[in-house]
Amino acid sequence: MCGEATGGILDFCTVYRFLDVFPGWLESIVVLDGLASWLAYALAGFFLAFLVINTVVMATALNTWFERRMLARFQARLGPNRWGPYGLLQPLADVAKLITKEDTVPDAADRPVFNIAPIAFLAPTLLVVAVIPFGENSFLGKLNVGILFIVGVTSLNTLAIFMGGWASRNKYAMLGAMRGVAMLISYEVPMALAITGVLLLGGSLALSSIVEAQQVPFLLVQPLGFLVFLAAASAEMSRTPFDQIEAESELGAGYHTEYSGMKFAIFQLAEFMAPIITALILVTLYLSGAKAVGPIPGQLMFVGKVVIVVFGMLWVRATWPRLRVDQIMGLAWKGLFGLALVNLFVVAIEVQVFRDLNGVVSTQELWVMAGINWMVTAGALVLFANILGQRKLRRPEPVPSPLANMSAEAD
Amino acid sequence: MGEAMSLGHGTEAALITDVVFWAIAVSTIIAAIAVVQLNDLFRAALFLIVSFLGVAAMFVLLRAEFLAAVQVLIYVGAISVLIIFAILMTRDVEEGSPSNRIRVPAGVAAALFAAMAIFVAVSTEWNILDAAIDSGAVPVALANGIVDVFENTVPRIATLLVRDFVLAFEVASVLLLAAVIGALALVRGR
Repeated sequence: MCGEATGGILDFCTVYRFLDVFPGWLESIVVLDGLASWLAYALAGFFLAFLVINTVVMATALNTWFERRMLARFQARLGPNRWGPYGLLQPLADVAKLITKEDTVPDAADRPVFNIAPIAFLAPTLLVVAVIPFGENSFLGKLNVGILFIVGVTSLNTLAIFMGGWASRNKYAMLGAMRGVAMLISYEVPMALAITGVLLLGGSLALSSIVEAQQVPFLLVQPLGFLVFLAAASAEMSRTPFDQIEAESELGAGYHTEYSGMKFAIFQLAEFMAPIITALILVTLYLSGAKAVGPIPGQLMFVGKVVIVVFGMLWVRATWPRLRVDQIMGLAWKGLFGLALVNLFVVAIEVQVFRDLNGVVSTQELWVMAGINWMVTAGALVLFANILGQRKLRRPEPVPSPLANMSAEAD
Repeated sequence: MGEAMSLGHGTEAALITDVVFWAIAVSTIIAAIAVVQLNDLFRAALFLIVSFLGVAAMFVLLRAEFLAAVQVLIYVGAISVLIIFAILMTRDVEEGSPSNRIRVPAGVAAALFAAMAIFVAVSTEWNILDAAIDSGAVPVALANGIVDVFENTVPRIATLLVRDFVLAFEVASVLLLAAVIGALALVRGR
């Protein structure tokens, strides 16, 4: 039924090969051979999509627990530890609480937009999973333009945040949304430039080809691109060093201030899913994705790396304070943008010099590139830190509080 | 031979393609009409995004994946966000723009343009690839070459853009640069 791999939008043959990963109980799929082939395709597609989406959602539930426990550790607290061993059933309790909560909508709200916003926020996040290669033959869709798809689809999040903030008719929600949109579209620029460096070296837009090209993980070859991508991606998912959108101490809860019940739960789900999705992209682009190492199967390696990256990002969240609005925009346009350009420039020259006639860069030369790029990275970081360093940042003159005068007058 | 080129073969595949096409076409056009007719500017912008997405879906149906991804990235991700930003700077977002005297000439111009587009679409002899391959009008070697083009769109586009037609490409980017500098100059002038 399924011969050699074909190209196209969705390589369903690959879907079947993915099914082959679980032999035995999936033999029942073969019964479908009698039906029209497209029905079999559609069923297999639905089944796999169901499986993958639910895996991600379950992983997110686990991530909420993991994140809360770890944050508690970082802050010398205990964290949720009451229900289940080590508090593992806490996500269930959270879900039960959120489902039973009253679903309120502000009177002045733009109702249809208000209701669609959470869905529009979650859907793009989930769509990213469709093109991630979890293993050599395990992915939902093989897209020739996989990475462009990811960059395009994740930019839809910006709109959802805006929809939520606008439709709420709440000044804090609106402020959060405006800050968020300005920040998100700014950080898309360095992120796209960092990804371009990977594309140059990988020689393709397809994620599977990029993984294949990583004889040496691109983290080692392009440390500067990796750092820029990591920073921009943390901004894109708007977590603590960059959580201008929510900024609990300044804006209530930002764009979802007015949301409650299931809609709030969906926003939270998407927000806790973001680190996992980002880790999937990061592992695929920079940590040689699902490459098998010796006897360890690729899928296992992939999951392991994702867990490590998620923990790394959690570490960043736990230890960095929130940046100010102007600092955030300055970092994107003066810092990361320049660093990404330096990375792109250096990588472009190196690829031009080192590639052979087929446009492939050999493993040995990748190591040479890694050596050069680490020095370039150190140099660029020191240079940019000196240009943009703390000394140069002019703080606004502190304005004496009117309350201070009042107390003086009272005396 | 046509295997790699289409969702499948035979009547079912054609039926599915038809269904998908009409679903996309109708929703795109409805969204486009809503953009013009709605008074609430913000909702109009949201419908504009829906119609952009519909166009992207149409590109996917035409197997132009690269164009579809770029459409989403640029139009949905960037341009519509800018439009929404502009809307925020406008007063009376929910009133929308009242109609004015240009209404009639604009309608005539739009009708003329639609007539021209329909004329071009009808009178052009489209080369339907699958039909040509199935009927044997296209030799196998050539068909393989065409499949290769469809599967490696990006390198092909890259070769055309930054090698064969690099001058036009660079002129376009100089134009964009001039626009950016012009915008900055306008803002800083005050």
